[in-house]
Amino acid sequence: MPDLEARKVIELGYGGSERLVMNMGPQHPSAHGVFRMILTLEGETIAAMDSVIGYLHRCHEKLGETLTYAQYPSIASKTDYVAAMTSELAYVLAAEKIGKIDVPKRAQYLRVLVAELQRIASHCLWLGTWCLDLGGALGGGATVFLYCFRERELVLDLFEALTGARLLYGFHQVGGTRYDLPEGWATRCLESVKRIDQRIDEYEEMLEANTAFLVRTQAVGVVSRELAQEVGIAGPLLRGSGVEFDIRKNDPYSSYADFDFKIPVETAGDCYARYRVRMQEFRESIKIVRHVLDGLPAGPISSRPALKSVGQVRIPKGEAYARVEGPRGEVGCYVVADGSPKPYRMKWRGASFSNLAILPHIVPGHKVADVVAIMGSVDPVFGEVDR
Amino acid sequence: MMRDVLAAFVLLNVVVLIVTYLTYVERKFAARMQSRIGPYRVGRPHGWLQPIADAIKLLIKEDIVPALADRPVYNLAPIVFLLPSLLIFATIPFAPGLGLADLNIGILFFLAVSSLEIVGLFMGGWGSNNKYALLSAMRAVNQIISYEVPFVVTALIPVLLAGSLKLSTIVQAQEGLWFVAYPVIGQLAFVAFIVATIASENRVPFDILEAESELVAGFRVEYSGMKFALIQLAEYTHMFGVSCLGALLFLGGWLGPGLPGWAWFLLKALFIFLLVTWVRWSFVRIRVDQILGLSWKVLLPATLVLLMATGFWVALGGGHVA
Repeated sequence: MPDLEARKVIELGYGGSERLVMNMGPQHPSAHGVFRMILTLEGETIAAMDSVIGYLHRCHEKLGETLTYAQYPSIASKTDYVAAMTSELAYVLAAEKIGKIDVPKRAQYLRVLVAELQRIASHCLWLGTWCLDLGGALGGGATVFLYCFRERELVLDLFEALTGARLLYGFHQVGGTRYDLPEGWATRCLESVKRIDQRIDEYEEMLEANTAFLVRTQAVGVVSRELAQEVGIAGPLLRGSGVEFDIRKNDPYSSYADFDFKIPVETAGDCYARYRVRMQEFRESIKIVRHVLDGLPAGPISSRPALKSVGQVRIPKGEAYARVEGPRGEVGCYVVADGSPKPYRMKWRGASFSNLAILPHIVPGHKVADVVAIMGSVDPVFGEVDR
Repeated sequence: MMRDVLAAFVLLNVVVLIVTYLTYVERKFAARMQSRIGPYRVGRPHGWLQPIADAIKLLIKEDIVPALADRPVYNLAPIVFLLPSLLIFATIPFAPGLGLADLNIGILFFLAVSSLEIVGLFMGGWGSNNKYALLSAMRAVNQIISYEVPFVVTALIPVLLAGSLKLSTIVQAQEGLWFVAYPVIGQLAFVAFIVATIASENRVPFDILEAESELVAGFRVEYSGMKFALIQLAEYTHMFGVSCLGALLFLGGWLGPGLPGWAWFLLKALFIFLLVTWVRWSFVRIRVDQILGLSWKVLLPATLVLLMATGFWVALGGGHVA
């Protein structure tokens, strides 16, 4: 909530308060992209916070109306570029829902596989950057950051072998997936997740036994269950506040019902709880990846013929909202089709955008140092916030 | 007179050279910890010319002064910051007889001069006319006042044990047994000394005044070029100075078999430096209120109790009999 009254007092200079307005961002080491916070400080304590977004707006939704169903999945990657597979999936799910297009079992499993690998890669990036926020680029934070990037690289290498791209993939397409697993990929994948699994133990050992880490994260940025539900945050944030909600379980898509996994829930609602949720999600994702590779059915990877032209996919008139559980929460895509090769209208529900709305509720009252800790625990990606 | 000036000149250059290469040591050490290689390209083998390249780069960089800065204060701050860090070396004995002035109040001089650093730091934060810098300077004053006290108290424990304020006498008192090896008291005092050292050097986990994830670069955010280099130099010089002090107070200074005294001394100082570096690259930063709490509620009472215990022990006939 922008505390305009509080700021007015300072700017006009009356009221005798010794408040200081400090601008953080959009160019700031911990802006996680291009977030701007206008902090009103009383000493080190934050009295009020205004947030400014929109520095990365690229007209994504309008762009979606000018590109065909065959073209857009590769562009959808660019909304949340840290978890590109997720937004692609949401888009093709929406198109398939309108067109009532079946997806072969193998393609569904492949979608789950890449979604979970993407979650691992995204959480690696989150942990690394969050520790950078906590510990600084010239301290232990940088150490964790580099470790995490080492592990993220393993997943990106897998994606590179699968799609030829390392960041923005264009893996999904309406009716299935564009690529099948190359030879030897499954073995390599299992080796990689095994290594990541071991390394996660190392992170936990390094962080959870570290008093400095605990005092910085426990009881900081507490989101109560009620507040979480009221503001409408999703994903690990919501689960860190004790709400057991995960679209993979509550509204399964792409054969998630076939797999056995747990939804980690923590009740404390602080930064540490969110950290714990994500660390457990690492393990659950690894479990799902193993499970998928174990029982990957044979068969085609797409129910539609291979693409020859960009206008080839036509979706009948209708509209649909499809949602998936991304690493940051609910990623939704609303598509209105008019029978042409392009959607008439499309709308994104970015998980980071909704999650960011929690900041003004929890930041005031904390110290300056906690702002970056809370911000990092929310894990926003500004491509997705501004679209 | 001429001889003294010459000696001071040599010492100054040696110290600056050592400190320049400490940055290299730290970068290599941190790189190993983070499974990287570290500086490698400038100079073979292992990029040993990197510190020189860094210095040249900073020398030829443009010097920017913010338009609304308080110019005299802003320009003077790096010098005021550097001066005490260099001055402390005047009293450090590198080996028997190898030192500028072995004052009979050596440790007092060291502590007094090294805490002057804060003046330069605050001038930098104030003169930059930048909110981040100001906030950082504010934190710096908080922190240094809080940690100077336990730092002095821990430094007094070896003084009590040796019964002298003279650094060379303190070292000689460790002829039989280094103070760090004294049962219980020695180890606890050494740990407290390391904690206070890290805090007074403003390193992670106590680097709240640099805090690049919150305050960008803290009090030096507006500095560039050679002024930035001076600030950096001052920090590392101070760190080296405190490591030397640790080596003198707890690790027996130049005492050791085989190698010449100064080599032992530098190795011990390097050991303390690497200890601090190790902590730096594996901890996250703690918050300003937690830092103050740790100092006043834990470290200060603990060191005071330790000091009293040492006093009793010495009174009962323990410690070094001079």
